[in-house]
Amino acid sequence: MSVITANTCFHCGDAVGNSVYETDGHAFCCLGCQSVYQILNRSQMQQYYRYDRHPGKKQPASAERYDYLDEPAIAGQLVDYQDDKLTIFTCYIPVIHCSACVWLLENLYRLQPAVVSSRCDFMKKQVTVTFKQGELSLRGLVELLANIGYAPKITLQDVLKEGQRFSQAGLIAKIAVAGFCFGNSMMLSFPEYFGMAAFEAQYATFFRYMNLAFSLPVLLYSGQDYFRSAWQSLRQYRLNLDVPLALGILVLFVRTAWEVVSGTGAGFGDTLCGLVFFLLVGRWVQQRTYHHLSFERDYRSYFPVAVTRLEGEGSRSIPIAEIQVGDRLLIRNNEIVPADAILWRGAAAIDFSFVTGESEPVQKVQGEIIYAGGRQIGAAIEVEVVKAVSQSHLTRLWNNEGAKPYERQFQTFSNTVSQYFTPALLAIGVAAMAFWFVQGDPGRAWAALTAVLIIACPCALALSSPFTLSTALSIFDRNRFYLKNTAAVEQLATIDSLVFDKTGTLSSPSASRMQFQGDLPDSDRIRVAAACASSNHPMSREIVRWAGVSSPPAVTDYHEIPGKGIDAVVIGSRVRVGNAAFIGVRGETAAGGQGSQAYLEIDGQVRGCISMEQPWRPGLAAIIEALADDYRLDLVSGDNAREERTLRSLFPKRADLRFNQLPEDKRVYIQSLQQRGRKVCMLGDGLNDAGALRQADFGIAVSDDINSFSPGCDAILDGGSFERLPRFLRFAKDVVRVIHKSFGISVCYNLVGLSFAVAGTMSPLFAAILMPLSTITIIVFTTVATRACAAKHHLLQPRP
Amino acid sequence: MSVIFFLIGCSVLIALIFLGAFFWANLTGQHEDTYTPSIRILFDDEPDGGLPPPTEADNPRAGGKK
Repeated sequence: MSVITANTCFHCGDAVGNSVYETDGHAFCCLGCQSVYQILNRSQMQQYYRYDRHPGKKQPASAERYDYLDEPAIAGQLVDYQDDKLTIFTCYIPVIHCSACVWLLENLYRLQPAVVSSRCDFMKKQVTVTFKQGELSLRGLVELLANIGYAPKITLQDVLKEGQRFSQAGLIAKIAVAGFCFGNSMMLSFPEYFGMAAFEAQYATFFRYMNLAFSLPVLLYSGQDYFRSAWQSLRQYRLNLDVPLALGILVLFVRTAWEVVSGTGAGFGDTLCGLVFFLLVGRWVQQRTYHHLSFERDYRSYFPVAVTRLEGEGSRSIPIAEIQVGDRLLIRNNEIVPADAILWRGAAAIDFSFVTGESEPVQKVQGEIIYAGGRQIGAAIEVEVVKAVSQSHLTRLWNNEGAKPYERQFQTFSNTVSQYFTPALLAIGVAAMAFWFVQGDPGRAWAALTAVLIIACPCALALSSPFTLSTALSIFDRNRFYLKNTAAVEQLATIDSLVFDKTGTLSSPSASRMQFQGDLPDSDRIRVAAACASSNHPMSREIVRWAGVSSPPAVTDYHEIPGKGIDAVVIGSRVRVGNAAFIGVRGETAAGGQGSQAYLEIDGQVRGCISMEQPWRPGLAAIIEALADDYRLDLVSGDNAREERTLRSLFPKRADLRFNQLPEDKRVYIQSLQQRGRKVCMLGDGLNDAGALRQADFGIAVSDDINSFSPGCDAILDGGSFERLPRFLRFAKDVVRVIHKSFGISVCYNLVGLSFAVAGTMSPLFAAILMPLSTITIIVFTTVATRACAAKHHLLQPRP
Repeated sequence: MSVIFFLIGCSVLIALIFLGAFFWANLTGQHEDTYTPSIRILFDDEPDGGLPPPTEADNPRAGGKK
């Protein structure tokens, strides 16, 4: 047996104390990691550990129950495909993070022979498994994945598979057709442009007809979205940018067809194909989205897929959607109450931390209403549903008619400009035509009108926004600020007020600080750690970590009173850990600290108090100072006002700091700011901010793990990048300036082209050169200028 | 010189074949996941009986991709 070389867990890389978990000379931090190693070892799959050092992730101790997957109704909704032999199941596994994960998940068939094949998508963190359903149930498969440390996240939103099948396949096919026609028609246009010898002229008509043939699929297939969009816009008496584009495309084709058929010229077939091709590429760039992030999440991805309904003597798992008023539900430890319900039996201690931001569990007695979204801590309870899931206190926030429709359109620069563009374009064209009619040259009049509509076609303008914004988007992405779409960048630049949530937004939930006041010798410290190790409460887990005892001694006579404390006997001493009321500490001796507190009592003697506080995010004061000049800053918190003094000193004097705000209060506050003409950006993290995030002009969900739940929003900000917020806001404003400048450039090109067009002397060659030249200028300018702005704000460094 | 009609016909035909190939690739989802294959190609083929269990030091890509 080799010597243990490192004091880190072989599986997950976490620190290992004097570990008792050891196999084949490898140390493990916990039983979970060790058992994964043993499972893999049994199937000769240690290769897993070759692809990455410590490829595993530590698993939470409390395993999720998957018995609901045995219900055919639920399983049927989750699988992609099922016949009498095979089932195909796709699931989202958040812990996928390295090449070893891909290797293991694609070699599942070696662990479980019933698996036919499995395919991993690294970016989407998804696995598609095909398995023989006669030999393995869906539950068996999910439990296998959970056992090897890859527990799938199964939520209601997966059941519905909403928006997961988003595909750009249609657009890509259109680009392919346009590109194909563009290349071929360019080739066929070269003889025309370079001039042909007399004997070659016999082919000219053939080349022209070929060109016309190539522009036909571009007009009818690739360009159809522009006509559809222009038509819709006209029906609403509005002019979007697609109106002049569709007009340009149509005029290009009509004039080409007329010139070719009448034999008077070569037409503009190659310009037409090139125009549509570049426009579609711009549209493709703009539609780029993050497949691995969801901005449309709502309560359904937080709620469980199934609940246990009590039926007579027995119980059964039912899908959430089937819950009816009057149903009796069994809520076990750590399960979520899915609908507003009355407590029927048991001691309820409900953790509403996700809903309200308040970390203390709330005690409920029989007959009290428990609002949906709370998590039961402690023994199982029985509740009776009083409202349907969709009508519950919390879920109504999403269905609130006052909130903005989620598929809203931001007012973008190109939309604003196009209001004026089309009338100006038509005016110039008609004026040129009228001039030549008056001069007695009707042939030239038509040439001038069509030339104006062709040359002024706002191709460069249509491309300036997509290319600028998508460059900006990828720079934000590099800094772990994920915006929903390109239009959101422009929206961010208009913001003039910022409203913060406190817990989880200004303070960092991951780095809790423990403070101990009192006197605790090492022997007692071990006792406290042992008592707390048996508890599931977040505070207990923090205390265990704080105590730093790796192998706690056995605990006897253990009692946990949910929401109050624990009571146990360790090495002959009675240990009690809990809140002030539980221990019996009077108000005056209670420490006046902030955050959650737990008192320690050993053999009837109070030994001290541990308080846990969430520290502010690093650099908070500097962030607020940087923002205070340009933005109105406010705070709405669901928490109590105990930290008001600290915050008051951080925030500017005119800031409005509100505490004890219900979710609805937050939303109403944002609305009142908007009614005063403010453009409000809300920063929040929890489900309790969801209404406010939706109401705000721009909602940013701050999250320390971007793959975990975050409410519906316009952008997700990684907690580690929080201090870059002022720079993000300034960068967004610069990006909008870049769009304005590139618009100026495209107008210059248009003016040059127009001067030829009104004279009626525009040649096909001129159009064929000017159009791609202006397009490429715009693409290069916007990309370079946007990156220059990013460099100015120091946003180009690699990920921290 | 009328061979030029034939040549252009050929060139368009070949281009159409490539366009068709692109459509096929698109429809069969070959563009959906463009990242994972780059990981997959690096997996070693295993000799019969599996590889010997690795040790802490035996990790050529240690500290690599996270």
